[in-house]
Amino acid sequence: MLSFILRRLGTMALTMLCLTLVVFFLINLDPNLKKLAISQTEMHTSAEQLESWLVNHGYRQNFFSRYGQWLGVVPKQPVTDPATGKPGRRFSFCNDPVEPTFSGVLQGDFGCSTKFKTTVASKLFPALGATGILMFWVLVVMVPISLLIGILAGMREGSRTDRTLSVASIASTATPEYVSGVIFTVIFASWLGLLNGSAASASRGITFYNFTLPVMTLAIYGIGYIARMTRASMVEVMTQQYIRTARLKGLSFGSVVVKHALRNALIAPFTVIMLQFPWLLTGVVIVEVMFRYQGFGYTLVEAAGNNDIDLLLGCSLVSVFIVLITQLISDVGYAFLNPRIRVQ
Amino acid sequence: MQLEYIGAFNVVLGVLARFWPVWIALVLVMGASFAYKKRLGLYGQLFDSSVGIVGVGICLFWLFTAIFASTISPFNPLVQIPIMKDALPGAVEPQSGLVYLFGGDKLARDVFSRMVYGSQIVLIIAPAATGFALMVGITLGLPAGYYGGRIDTVLSFLANLVLAFPVILLFYLLVTPGIMETPIPYMMAGLFFLFPIIFFSVLFWTRYKKRPDRLYILLGLTLIIGGWVYAGLVFDADPFRIIHIDPNQLNIFVAVVFASSPGVFRIVRGLVMDIKTRDYVAAAQTRGESPWYIMLWEILPNARGPLIVDACLRIGYTTILLGTLGYFGLGLAPESPDWGTAIKDASRLLRSFIHPALPPTIALMSFVLGLNLLADSLREQSMKD
Repeated sequence: MLSFILRRLGTMALTMLCLTLVVFFLINLDPNLKKLAISQTEMHTSAEQLESWLVNHGYRQNFFSRYGQWLGVVPKQPVTDPATGKPGRRFSFCNDPVEPTFSGVLQGDFGCSTKFKTTVASKLFPALGATGILMFWVLVVMVPISLLIGILAGMREGSRTDRTLSVASIASTATPEYVSGVIFTVIFASWLGLLNGSAASASRGITFYNFTLPVMTLAIYGIGYIARMTRASMVEVMTQQYIRTARLKGLSFGSVVVKHALRNALIAPFTVIMLQFPWLLTGVVIVEVMFRYQGFGYTLVEAAGNNDIDLLLGCSLVSVFIVLITQLISDVGYAFLNPRIRVQ
Repeated sequence: MQLEYIGAFNVVLGVLARFWPVWIALVLVMGASFAYKKRLGLYGQLFDSSVGIVGVGICLFWLFTAIFASTISPFNPLVQIPIMKDALPGAVEPQSGLVYLFGGDKLARDVFSRMVYGSQIVLIIAPAATGFALMVGITLGLPAGYYGGRIDTVLSFLANLVLAFPVILLFYLLVTPGIMETPIPYMMAGLFFLFPIIFFSVLFWTRYKKRPDRLYILLGLTLIIGGWVYAGLVFDADPFRIIHIDPNQLNIFVAVVFASSPGVFRIVRGLVMDIKTRDYVAAAQTRGESPWYIMLWEILPNARGPLIVDACLRIGYTTILLGTLGYFGLGLAPESPDWGTAIKDASRLLRSFIHPALPPTIALMSFVLGLNLLADSLREQSMKD
């Protein structure tokens, strides 16, 4: 088991290395750097001035040396001020070292955000915290509802309850966040006036009034999927021999479901719920933009829209990490929950 | 000047009337399918369940809407008629006397016509991108599952690499205006669009190796048609100017294929690993058939059930992806009538006007729902066998 986890962690590190290299390459394409230079300098700068801005801020160094600097395996070089010839900081708003030092992601330095004029760490981690709160409430809503729907539907396969709930869950998987968000806003904010169509104020304090719509929107897409997986698992368990035995020895239907079927039927949904996180990540981006909630997704869109290189790299590192770590947890947890599985 | 309005009931009647070619086509196709359902195999079995009928009906509805878009829509989706800015549903356009059935958007365009034309974009890109993703996934998934070993390790690692990317980040990196100045989209298009040609060439080669008369015709056809489409799509050099794709649409297309082919790869790989232990595969191996013959002519036909179901779901998912791209304003032109862009434009103004937001959202939702229902009933029918 331990060697399995270690091997998986090794693959994970390799995957993250490859992915960040790809992101680093795509983000540093020449048109993107030009766009960054244009947005960072005054209006109407000439092509030479743009180029000299890029050189002065260290964007024209060798690609691999820059990747190494970001990673922290190559010492970060301070830029030389062309006027005085002294070494200086790349950006005035964050404290890059003025001497060559190893200062990259491995040392915990995520770099500077050119859009927000601050260090990446001071922007990214509060945003992650805000998204964490959103995710928590989404899971609190999504998991019990979807498990309940799945169990009720899978309890008696082919019954009317099953048909109705199955069609409902298919409908919910056909509703992406940007569709359900609009529909819920129209119903609950515009027509009924019950809820706030914007979660911008939720950064200062979460209330039922400003936080329900984002949570609802994000949960609805996942509910259908998890419910369908739970239903499939439940249907399979209900056809097992031991369920028939329990029924034949005179247990009531309810107690068979609760005592015998439920525990075995909930193993598969666990994996599904863990693997739902990467999907939630995309949903989070849409919902945070739609409801103007200042979290991780909002930061990611701002970073990508303004070609904020270090911030976008930080965002991709975090999201890739979340995807991979949930995969690992789901594999390990599955083996843990289901003693018939032995990991090798 | 005051606009004239028609009542809600007349709006509903007007919408139903505008869709007349769709209703006729639907009645013809559904009626014919229903009458001959015994002879239509898997497609005919769909008409045994109500879920299947509804799924087929919705999908066909949007298919015919896309085909007859120019007849259905009363206005050009891009033309702005200033007096109709933010007009409510049912407003009569004074010049032509035609009605803005679902009102006008903030740029004074007809919401109904835009919804109808939006279906064209979705129904061309989503199935085509899914088709290419299937080709890529199958061509790579078959050897990975059949041979296993190192080739499987490498390909699975690459697939997991792409799957570990959050979709939205991938799109922000791959579908930017800047990337069009680099050769990356064309290189990726050049790579992906090779797969169908390779797939069909190998398919015919393995089957008709011993029968040159058939082989040369089929191979020649594959290479001529494939090469023609390839030249038109990748190099925009179709000699007859029939096949043409805008650079930004090509970019979207490539990004969508890139994002969904690892999923197909994983499914195909899993299916092949399951099927290759069957007796008929062992029999073919004993006969001395070549590995690619076994993969393409013994394993693949037996994996078609789950693949068809997956393709249906995947078209729906691709539609959602296209909507996401439109919602973030990536790739598609800002005035493009596709549903995602329309939802983006309308959702910013939800506080003042809600009518431009509802038609595209309901259109997108119903189309994906139709595909999901279709997939669900296909799955049930194929389980019965």
